[in-house]
Amino acid sequence: MIDPHDLPEQHDREHHIVSPRIYLTIVLALLVLTATTVGASYIDLGVLNPIIALAIAAFKMMLVVLFFMHVKYSTKLTKLTVGAGLFTFLVLIGMTLSDYFTRAWGRW
Amino acid sequence: MSDSTAIAHGADSGAHHEHPPYQRHHFETIAQQNDATNFAMWLFLLTEIMFFGGLFTAYLIYRNWYYPAFVEASHQLQIFWGTANTAVLITSSFTMAMGVWSAEMRKKGALVLCLVLTFVLGLVFLGIKTIEYKEKWEKHHVPGLNFSVQSFVNPQSDPEVYNEYHDKPLSLDMARHTELYFFLYFAMTGMHALHMIIGIAILGFMIFRAQAGAYTTGHVTFVENFGLYWHFVDIIWIYLFPLLYLISRHQ
Amino acid sequence: MSDTIVVLPDQTTARIPKMNYLSKEKGILSWLLTGDHKRIAMLYLVSISFFFFIGGSLAGLIRLELLTPQSDLMATDTYNKVFSMHGIIMIFFFLVPSVPATIGNFLMPMMIGAKDLALPKINLLSWYLYMAAGMLALYTMMAGGVDTGWTFTTPLSTHYVNTHVLTTGMAVFIAGFSSIFTGLNFIVTIHKMRCPGMTWFRLPLFVWSNYAASILMVLGTPVLAIAIVLVALERTIGIGIFDPTKGGDPLLFQHLFWFYSHPAVYIMILPGMGVVSEVISTFSRKRVFGYTAVAFSSVAIAVFGFFVWAHHMFIMGISNYAMLIFSLLTMLVAVPSAIKIFNWAFTLYKGSITFETPMLYAFGFMGLFTIGGLTGVFLGASGTDIHLTETYFIVAHFHFVMVGGMLMAFLAGLHFWWPKMTGRMYPEKISQLAAVVTFIGFNFTFFPQFILGTLGMPRRYASYPPEFQVLNVFSTAGASILGVGYLLPVLYLVWSLKYGEIAGDNPWQATGLEWQVQSPPLTENFPEIPIMDHEAYDYDWLERQKEKEVASVG
Repeated sequence: MIDPHDLPEQHDREHHIVSPRIYLTIVLALLVLTATTVGASYIDLGVLNPIIALAIAAFKMMLVVLFFMHVKYSTKLTKLTVGAGLFTFLVLIGMTLSDYFTRAWGRW
Repeated sequence: MSDSTAIAHGADSGAHHEHPPYQRHHFETIAQQNDATNFAMWLFLLTEIMFFGGLFTAYLIYRNWYYPAFVEASHQLQIFWGTANTAVLITSSFTMAMGVWSAEMRKKGALVLCLVLTFVLGLVFLGIKTIEYKEKWEKHHVPGLNFSVQSFVNPQSDPEVYNEYHDKPLSLDMARHTELYFFLYFAMTGMHALHMIIGIAILGFMIFRAQAGAYTTGHVTFVENFGLYWHFVDIIWIYLFPLLYLISRHQ
Repeated sequence: MSDTIVVLPDQTTARIPKMNYLSKEKGILSWLLTGDHKRIAMLYLVSISFFFFIGGSLAGLIRLELLTPQSDLMATDTYNKVFSMHGIIMIFFFLVPSVPATIGNFLMPMMIGAKDLALPKINLLSWYLYMAAGMLALYTMMAGGVDTGWTFTTPLSTHYVNTHVLTTGMAVFIAGFSSIFTGLNFIVTIHKMRCPGMTWFRLPLFVWSNYAASILMVLGTPVLAIAIVLVALERTIGIGIFDPTKGGDPLLFQHLFWFYSHPAVYIMILPGMGVVSEVISTFSRKRVFGYTAVAFSSVAIAVFGFFVWAHHMFIMGISNYAMLIFSLLTMLVAVPSAIKIFNWAFTLYKGSITFETPMLYAFGFMGLFTIGGLTGVFLGASGTDIHLTETYFIVAHFHFVMVGGMLMAFLAGLHFWWPKMTGRMYPEKISQLAAVVTFIGFNFTFFPQFILGTLGMPRRYASYPPEFQVLNVFSTAGASILGVGYLLPVLYLVWSLKYGEIAGDNPWQATGLEWQVQSPPLTENFPEIPIMDHEAYDYDWLERQKEKEVASVG
């Protein structure tokens, strides 16, 4: 009889410990990006303003997700889970907005 | 390969696998238990993303419909407090991550320090939010309860904000839509603050347990999984800040 | 060739195993504080049956009112409350938890070779949340109920009614979390606790279906939660989010509500489809045709189910372009469901078919769900929907899929796994009779409603033009037959607990790990974690097992 402890599935989650140096780099990057996004909002870039603000926010989110939440060092399942969540979130927003944005287009 | 599904008595049915006291009996190994609880926390965070999703959807729709109202209403929020809060929360994420590291390295003192710092930063965040909310109440910008469009129909009646942004007066119709902005402001930051309060309460509990050495003997999953929750709350704020405070600050 | 596959142990010597999950601990606290997924499943079974009969009584009241064209049995306002509470109770307190929380809770860990779900305490919490929500809903009903329909459409629910929208909303909110925790538990368990050798493609299709439904529960239900919170805030504080006078859009509520409520219908049907896969395979003695297709179709239904919600809103004011997109996507979502029907049909082809009660219900499912599903495709075409929406055609459509489909599947599963859960067989003849009575009653009740819908009778109306009366009387007559069909199982299943034949481990000679252990099972399910070394629905393996047994005993 096979001992369940010896099976490969039990060992696939390596316990990778992220170093404080990486955490420090990330938190400094996040603070710099915060300052950047505040500064950018004072400059009139027209339609680029919201795009840049969201892009910076998205990048900050990726840093927190990948490093603080260890997703970069996690299993494929964890990455898939994060992806599934983001995808469903975007479907909710995107498809709802598809109604609102096209209402002004009139009949056909 | 034997045909039998070893349900009946295996050769070593008498031998018991050694397992740590905190391993629940329906799990075969502690690694399986840790994997399962970690995954469960991620799934819980998915439900949180979708819960906030409804509010973000509402925000995007109404910002698109009532952009001038949203711009002027957002000028009522002070960049100073918003940026400060963002920095506080990001730093608390750092201290939380360092807390997880301390637990993994079995450094009890460092862990307690990091948790205490996270706790304090969390309270600072809530304190700043209280200052902001109080100001909103005093200026009659709380929707449904004491809302007044005075600051938007006649921006010059509000010298602090007017001197900085020189907003044009809004028509009464558009001015009324600032109430929607403030509703979203209170709903989204309020929901966020509620999650912070719950997080801080759990942190308090964790500080006691950490001091007793519960997380520095190799069993770090509670700290790790709470860390995920805390970082998630940070991520929500990372989006709330530009969406609510930084709509347009150039004038 | 025998006309039944049932093999029971010799009744003169057979006994219920002394040590099982029911006898392990005694006393009410051992039930109320249990972590055992099987006991929690039984708690759920009793609770949902209770709510089913309340919802059913409300349905009875509806049909009584509709016997006559005038609103003479009750005031129209009361009628609005009756159909609203009927919908709320049936959907949130019966259909959504029905298969997952009872049969899924009980069987799924056993099917994957695990000792329990991943998070037993969360499982118990799930039941308590369900009970709290249910009690709150009942209280609200007695205090006067809501009359907005189960859909809480704004601005009616936020600005125009004085009924108990808040408390009912709160009950649904809490029930939603019960559902979320069940789904979360299932996903973690299926990913992390499969026994050695149990690969994804050796799982019973019942597990695949519950997995897909669980994904929907976890990702969809929170959006319902926020929709309810926003309705509550609009009603109490008047924030303006759904109020046109303040610039809000009532349609936003509907987007958020249906974003959950459409996947909710798949949450309701997918576990039932899982049951049908198991039953059809067992009673044709044949592996399910196209296992991979059926497994992937469950996931496809779950994924596509998120893209189609606005087909509930075609006439509500969405843009024409959105109508186009959602109509097209709705056509696509029907495909995976059809794939399942075809695969079940091909499973039956050249199988050794017998007609025990679970199989009768499964046949009922196949026919009635097909009709319900096809009418769903008619409604997905926006051009047709404009004429048929808010009529009895819709009512018939969803009752065909939910009652003709899901409820029949639930009964199939209940009968199929009853021997495993209780150790006793139900009485076959009366149960077959009940299945046939249900089928006949169902068709009499709901088929006329398709006709009524195409003739133009609106839904949610207590009174109607007199020319519709004949069909309504037919429908009510059918409902009384249906009621008998649903009452009988309660009576004989309870009877069987004491007087039913002893079932033994595997009365159906079915494959699946749950059938290889005693009935009722031990608390820990398996004395040792099994190792899975054969494919799902491997009837050859089962034959070899039996041969070995005979060889070793002899």
